[in-house]
Amino acid sequence: MAAHEILAATNAVVTLDVALPGIVWPWLVTVNMWAKSIGTGVIFMLFLLLRKHPEAAGSLRFPTTVVSIIFIHIFLLFTLADLHQPFKMWHIFFYPHLTSAITVGAWMATAFVGLLFLLAFLSFIKKDNAAFDKTLTWVVILAIPVTLYTAGLMSQCTARELWQMPTESAQMIFAALLSGSAAMILLGGSKLDYEAKKTLGVVLGLSAMMSFILYMSEYVFGPMKAEEVAAVLEYIKGDGPYTVMFWLGQWIAYLLPMLLIVLSRTSKSENILKLAAILALAGLWLVKHVWLIIPQLLPMS
Amino acid sequence: MQLGFLVDLHLCMGCKGCEIACKVENEVPLSTWRLRVKYVDVGSFPETRRTFTPLRCNHCENAPCEKICPVSALHYLENGIVNIDKERCIGCAGCVMACPYGAIYIDPQTQTADKCTYCAHRIASSMMPACVVACPVQANIFGDLDDPTSNISKYIQHNQGNVQVRKPEKGTNPHHYYVGGGNVTLNPLASHRVDGHQLFNKITTLPVGGHH
Repeated sequence: MAAHEILAATNAVVTLDVALPGIVWPWLVTVNMWAKSIGTGVIFMLFLLLRKHPEAAGSLRFPTTVVSIIFIHIFLLFTLADLHQPFKMWHIFFYPHLTSAITVGAWMATAFVGLLFLLAFLSFIKKDNAAFDKTLTWVVILAIPVTLYTAGLMSQCTARELWQMPTESAQMIFAALLSGSAAMILLGGSKLDYEAKKTLGVVLGLSAMMSFILYMSEYVFGPMKAEEVAAVLEYIKGDGPYTVMFWLGQWIAYLLPMLLIVLSRTSKSENILKLAAILALAGLWLVKHVWLIIPQLLPMS
Repeated sequence: MQLGFLVDLHLCMGCKGCEIACKVENEVPLSTWRLRVKYVDVGSFPETRRTFTPLRCNHCENAPCEKICPVSALHYLENGIVNIDKERCIGCAGCVMACPYGAIYIDPQTQTADKCTYCAHRIASSMMPACVVACPVQANIFGDLDDPTSNISKYIQHNQGNVQVRKPEKGTNPHHYYVGGGNVTLNPLASHRVDGHQLFNKITTLPVGGHH
């Protein structure tokens, strides 16, 4: 718990209270965010590759769509698993409340899944690349709000001062670019040439750098703006309960991949690039988890 | 009509009568509370005092729980009460995460969100909330904020300059007021909460909804 100036003056101690609720949104929500990042991220990367390296990326249309479908379904499954009343999920569609980011997100994610299946149909059954690419543009446009809506949801949590829309939305987009490029590096295998993988490496490295800068900005400057943010960040400072996990995440998701990408470019090693991709994917889960949990540790009343 | 609540902390003696009355009236399950009274000890011996703060839903004018609820399970009644429809709730816990006052919990029996409704069912029958009736010192004052002749409006007028709400910076515009409150009583960050060290209770946290 953060030491506030007021404590020294008043020596105020809670001597009797009820038990407070523990973690409200647990690791299931971390998996939700992590899987969604990959699900939309690979679509962004397919769009990029088809424009920058059409020859190499042509054969990735169907595999990428399948990977996106799988991860979006992992996202949906864990969303459902986190509900205390999963069998009432259908209420979102029949009693929608449009001021809620959850509702808007659920509707958009459903449309996104529909479009992904259309992409799969166009690439696997109809084998119509022109129609696929045309549809892909619309899927990419929809993938942007699908990626961002969780930031909106976190920002609607008035109680959690740490989660602000501008930074969270940037983090969501960078997470999608990071995990999407990492997944495509691994998915590309022998189908993608080194130049295409280099492009993915640049996206991975830059998104890692931007994410790291954002986290460090919050870490250093966040406490200067709000007492609650200062108190929450105490959980990842000093001997805080999430300090180790926070820094582990920053190193595995951002710092090591950045270094490895530089190394892979100088040594022209695809294996080092793959290692960077694996680390980024694993580290992203840690980073997301810490940022999800720490605001929930603070007593609200 | 805009119903509101006011607690005069000068009068509250921490008897927890309101807490028990609420539990009984609303059949609130074990390990959850719609209303609770928090004790905070202030000062160093021999200059010490104990403060008592009843905490419940603030029935905000700009309620984050109502906005985030994906299925309108949390909704406004015409009298300003933020009510909950447990049949409609899907248990996403968005409201629990959004409420800056920690006033919403997941009912371990129904696995849906629940909170203080100002005893909306009693209000509908022209009765006072159970906690108001139970309070032995009339520290709980309940009534129509739109009516300048109501007890609560008169109380606010009489105590101008000493009426507070919790976390006004959140912009929620609570319809729940305190007289005689201060940083220690209304700001949870202004007091230590030492794990496992309480008068009659050593449990600091409990799992949400009984699982997860």
